[in-house]
Amino acid sequence: MDLTYTGDDLAFRDQVRAFLEAELPADLRHKVENRLRLHKDDYVRWHRILARQGWVAPGWPREFGGPGWTPVQRHIFDEECARAGTPPVLPFGVNMVAPVIMAFGSQAQKDHYLPRILSCEDWWCQGYSEPGAGSDLASLKTTAVRDGDHYIVNGQKTWTTLAQHADMIFCLVRTDPGVRKQEGISFLLIDMHAPGVTVRPIVMLDEDHEVNEVFFDNVRVPVSNLVGQENKGWTYAKYLLGHERTGIAAVGRSKRELARLKTLARREQKDGRPLLQDPLFAAKVADLEIELMALEMTVLRVLAEAHKAPGPEASVLKVRGTEIQQRLSELMVEAAGPLALPFDPAYLEGEREHSAIDDDFAAPLLPHYFNYRKTSIYGGSNEIQRNIISQMILGL
Amino acid sequence: MDFNFKEEQLQLADALKRWVARDYTFEARRTIVGSAGGTSDAAWSTLAELGLTALPLPAAHGGFDGDAVDMFVVMQELGRGLVVEPYFATMLGAEFLRRGGAHGALLDRVAGGELKLACALGERQSRHDLRDVATRAVQEDGGWRLNGEKKVVLHGAQAGVLIVSARSSGAQRDQDGITLFAIPADAPGVVTRDVRMLDGQRAADVLLRDARVGLDAVVGTAGAGWDILEAAADYGAGLLCAEALGAMDALFAATLDYLKTRQQFGVPIGKFQALQHRMADMYVHLEQARSMALLAAVRLAGEARDGNPEERRRAVAAAKYRVGQAARFVGQQAIQLHGGMGVTDELPASHYFKRLSTIELTLGDCDHHLARFIAQPGFYGDEEAA
Ligand SMILES: Cc1cc2nc3c(=O)[nH]c(=O)nc-3n(C[C@H](O)[C@H](O)[C@H](O)COP(=O)(O)OP(=O)(O)OC[C@H]3O[C@@H](n4cnc5c(N)ncnc54)[C@H](O)[C@@H]3O)c2cc1C
Repeated sequence: MDLTYTGDDLAFRDQVRAFLEAELPADLRHKVENRLRLHKDDYVRWHRILARQGWVAPGWPREFGGPGWTPVQRHIFDEECARAGTPPVLPFGVNMVAPVIMAFGSQAQKDHYLPRILSCEDWWCQGYSEPGAGSDLASLKTTAVRDGDHYIVNGQKTWTTLAQHADMIFCLVRTDPGVRKQEGISFLLIDMHAPGVTVRPIVMLDEDHEVNEVFFDNVRVPVSNLVGQENKGWTYAKYLLGHERTGIAAVGRSKRELARLKTLARREQKDGRPLLQDPLFAAKVADLEIELMALEMTVLRVLAEAHKAPGPEASVLKVRGTEIQQRLSELMVEAAGPLALPFDPAYLEGEREHSAIDDDFAAPLLPHYFNYRKTSIYGGSNEIQRNIISQMILGL
Repeated sequence: MDFNFKEEQLQLADALKRWVARDYTFEARRTIVGSAGGTSDAAWSTLAELGLTALPLPAAHGGFDGDAVDMFVVMQELGRGLVVEPYFATMLGAEFLRRGGAHGALLDRVAGGELKLACALGERQSRHDLRDVATRAVQEDGGWRLNGEKKVVLHGAQAGVLIVSARSSGAQRDQDGITLFAIPADAPGVVTRDVRMLDGQRAADVLLRDARVGLDAVVGTAGAGWDILEAAADYGAGLLCAEALGAMDALFAATLDYLKTRQQFGVPIGKFQALQHRMADMYVHLEQARSMALLAAVRLAGEARDGNPEERRRAVAAAKYRVGQAARFVGQQAIQLHGGMGVTDELPASHYFKRLSTIELTLGDCDHHLARFIAQPGFYGDEEAA
């Protein structure tokens, strides 16, 4: 057993660091580090910088434009990006729809969509969930009825992240209502600019606009936008969900947040000394740090098995990863204390340089804590992940 | 032992429930929160008409001499109704004035609903420690001059008079040397900057730049403000426990209802054992918190009668800690069990959660009160104390 990075890995890390040092624009880093709200341009700009370097899609095979990295290199890359404070690359195109198109799409779909995903020409969003179909995704009702060489799509999707900016949405739609609910589903690519598509914002509890409802009213979608076979969409959907398995643990990001938590807890005082030296608080930070160390080791163990097909281990990473993220956001608020209370949306939007209460560090912490309640809900709630662990791994 | 509320207390609770149901619905509240001032004059008049602004005040000043148990009943309903009016801030301020002895004229106006108060106690560096006061008060020319900056003053910009803690002697974290003042919000040198909190309530920064007040602005005795400050803060923490309890009750009920109606996999989600156990744990938390919030109210009322602060300190520290734990558990789980709907601005659930989170950070968080509980006499056993 050997738990150190190889010389090649370390050389790779230095190369990534040098790139990030040179290429990450200071204003983007500032926004990420200070948890200011990111706008469409911010995401697109960073995506294109990575694309120029050929690094936007670390998980893609070389033939489609991936860099051909080992799983450990991908992990190092994620961690370095988190450390440097880059915006995220949105997963909907690169990590979600692209693998499905690669595995099951037509040649024409591969030729058309994959390069546009790499270059961020198309902004993608994910149309799975519906008002009545959340955890029970297979009970979705949006229909696609064949009419010559088009499908006519009717129904409603919800919780569609950043759909307000999207050019394309990949949807699960019902093409055969007469069979078992998992069987009549198809995987369809829909142009968000098509007539009959309407997007309505949903305001989140931190008053940010992040998710949407998407309505389809007799939307005509060419049959050539069907991925794979009709009525086989559930298989592709599951393939997609199992595909990205280590990234969801977000270890790199949590390590950065832990460092920030400690910075904050050294700055804040309790009983005349740094809060971090308060035994009650230090014990909580230590507990979390140890949990994060364990998660990192678990991720590395999963990576070592990366040649195997993605499996239910992803659920372990999702549950622990999100719980750690939430706990970090909680302790951050505790550390700031009452200074976390004032709410300053203008500052978060970047409309003014400093927060109204003169504390740029504390200002975004409570909104972030509230917003991060989502992580244990989306992407298959943590209860559903526990069901998967008990059924698929434990055989209960 | 008698755990029953008195008939008048139950009637008051009923009246408040009816008022919330009729005039302070979730939609009405949303409009108030979004308005420029963030509070409603009409709501305040109603609270005054119901007698709430007079309830805990001395009879000599138009009040009803209500005790902390009476206030428990009120705060619980305001929590249930998610009421954002500056009632808590005003009643906390009144407690300072009551204990301070003078300022009867201000109390008259508070009782009549004409005057709102706010308490400017915390500072940039003080966290939850109210002894930590850097704001300076200097006596000169027959009055006082104050300089400093008070942070996150609940409803500071909505108040006519501010209760301010300042240091007239001693080192920054000494208990001695703190002087309390009642300062008109429009006194020269007082600047308030209004900010909204995500729970819908208001908080302000209060800057004191050579603010000048007369000798009669002092609340209690100059240099000896700590006892009043600590006791009033305990009273406030007790009120917040009751408010949190009301909010938790409502959030719990909404979640239970959601579990019975939201269908997934062909059944109401409440049929899943994982969620049943979660709900059961929330219930246990809720009842433990209710017990502690009641204990705090009873001890606060007891102290008002017999003047023994020790039981009050222990009970309030324990209650704020235990209620804070429950608020976090119940709040987080309620959001989780609501799924995606829980993290929207649309349902009341997220607003209860946000109020509960704010209460946790007000007048001492869990760690603060746990440490305080440990520091009380007797905790380490008789030998240690001897
Ligand atoms: C911020 C955010 C972004 C999202 N982005 C997208 C997106 O871009 N595209 C998209 O398609 N979807 C998206 N989602 C939807 C997300 O996947 C769903 O919210 C999630 O699957 C849960 O569904 P639900 O909200 O309907 O909750 P429900 O399914 O109604 O669940 C309610 C509660 O019941 C629990 N529960 C349900 N079934 C069981 C069971 N069998 N056993 C135990 N517990 C159970 C859940 O865990 C939860 O606690 C997003 C959600 C959020 C909050």
